[in-house]
Amino acid sequence: MKKLINRVDDVVPESLEGVGLAHPDLVKIDLEHKVVLRVGGPRQGKVGLVSGGGSGHEPLHGGFVGLGMLDAACAGNVFTSPTPDQMEFATRAVDGGAGVLHIVKNYTGDVLNFQMAADLVNGDVEVASVVTNDDVAVQDSLYTAGRRGVGATVLVEKIAGAKAEEGATLDGVRATAEKVNANARSMGMALTSCIVPAAGTPTFQLGDDEIEIGIGIHGEPGRRREKLVPVDEIAATLVEPIVDDLALSQGDDVLAFVNSMGGTPLIELYIAFRSVASLLADRGISISRSLVGPYITSLEMAGFSVTLLRLDDELKRLWDAPVHTPALRWGA
Amino acid sequence: MPALASTTVFVTEGMIEAWLRLSATRLRERSRELTELDQAIGDGDHGINVDRGFTAVAAMLDGRSADPAAPAPDVAGTLKQTAQTLIRTVGGASGPLYGTFFLKASASLAGSPQPTLGDLIAALDAGAAGVATIGGGQPGDKTMLDALTPALSAARERLTSGAVDQVLAVAADAAEAGAAATIPMQARKGRASYLGERSIGHQDPGATSSAILLRALADSFQG
Repeated sequence: MKKLINRVDDVVPESLEGVGLAHPDLVKIDLEHKVVLRVGGPRQGKVGLVSGGGSGHEPLHGGFVGLGMLDAACAGNVFTSPTPDQMEFATRAVDGGAGVLHIVKNYTGDVLNFQMAADLVNGDVEVASVVTNDDVAVQDSLYTAGRRGVGATVLVEKIAGAKAEEGATLDGVRATAEKVNANARSMGMALTSCIVPAAGTPTFQLGDDEIEIGIGIHGEPGRRREKLVPVDEIAATLVEPIVDDLALSQGDDVLAFVNSMGGTPLIELYIAFRSVASLLADRGISISRSLVGPYITSLEMAGFSVTLLRLDDELKRLWDAPVHTPALRWGA
Repeated sequence: MPALASTTVFVTEGMIEAWLRLSATRLRERSRELTELDQAIGDGDHGINVDRGFTAVAAMLDGRSADPAAPAPDVAGTLKQTAQTLIRTVGGASGPLYGTFFLKASASLAGSPQPTLGDLIAALDAGAAGVATIGGGQPGDKTMLDALTPALSAARERLTSGAVDQVLAVAADAAEAGAAATIPMQARKGRASYLGERSIGHQDPGATSSAILLRALADSFQG
């Protein structure tokens, strides 16, 4: 394992310290609870947004704390949900009297820990939660833990964050978050595995000419393993199930989010975006907003994911609203 | 009257502490194996997480015994502190699941100043029921419950006729058999469920760590 770290045990706290040192105007770090907090909080009358999850997906979630997105992000160990006491601390810290929305990715651990945290603040803070589950690689059935929360989480944090900044109520912010999740679907693929620092070895083995279709953001396998083919073909494999699941048709307007899993460089990511744009153009679907880059990653895994969000005027307005966080900034 | 003989074995706080300490040692020894099982069908951190949690439990026990002002702990209190420590330190799904297991077991013993072996088995049963409730799983889903459920059912059956070490040894045997029986199962809960049929052929890491806990229980009570 070759990584830019000091000690395996210090990976998460030292990375958080770095975020705080790089962006003191935006965030402060509570190292005891491993929580990234927006400076100047809590904000009276504004719904607080708290997310969190295992580390290793940077900039998610700590990089999205700031104006127009999250008020706090809880960092777990790498690929491991944070614990209820961290979430309780974050929830109390950001409550400005208007309640707190928990944005939770649909993984058993995250869901259970956030549930316990909501129980811990019950009676003190009004909490609502939205569980993102946009990954079409996983069948949503009684026989699985349900679809995983992946790329849509970034879009939910941006758009619900803008809604909260406008002064919407907790119910209003939750409804917007749910609308984004309901209108977004994703699918990803991997060229290589990632290495969890504490494990020291690749999470899975892929042959030199093999790719994993439907990979999760923790290196958990997806739908199937295939031989490497040109990116135009890979993009089609990812886009078709998303278009089908969202029932997108001619005339629809989408936000196209092409995300690096961590190890894939922008030069390849833009080739992938080109493939996605061409596939959508063939179907008469227009891309009126886009996001390209490493935003929800899986350590150093090479590969990419595609997320499509069906847009309406409200979602476009909220997407365009000012945002100023370590990882996303425009209009502010 | 063998039935009476076994149900009147008392479980002391010291026995529970010995169980927890032996569990911490065993989980540390087998941490890599658990992580490798999790790399096959999960996210590759189960051994690391349960090792961290039970190391914290052992540290909690050390800290408590080093504090002369701390009140003498009882069985229910120790199980509750174990639950709180695990919930705070494990994370992932195993934190709330093992936390709930010990929390419900503790609640079941709250009214028993001198619990018997039968009370302990009933408490662990309550713990397993709590795991099923919050996890939404049942035996056959390729989870912790595939070790816990057959183990506790074997212990209950044996309780009426066996000696103390046999009751727990039978439970540990059943837990290990239950963990091995997860190999041909297709996972229906947790991250392994994303694999569908590809989860078949691998032993479940959660069932394996549960079997380690039950073997440690049998060995610590015997020794």
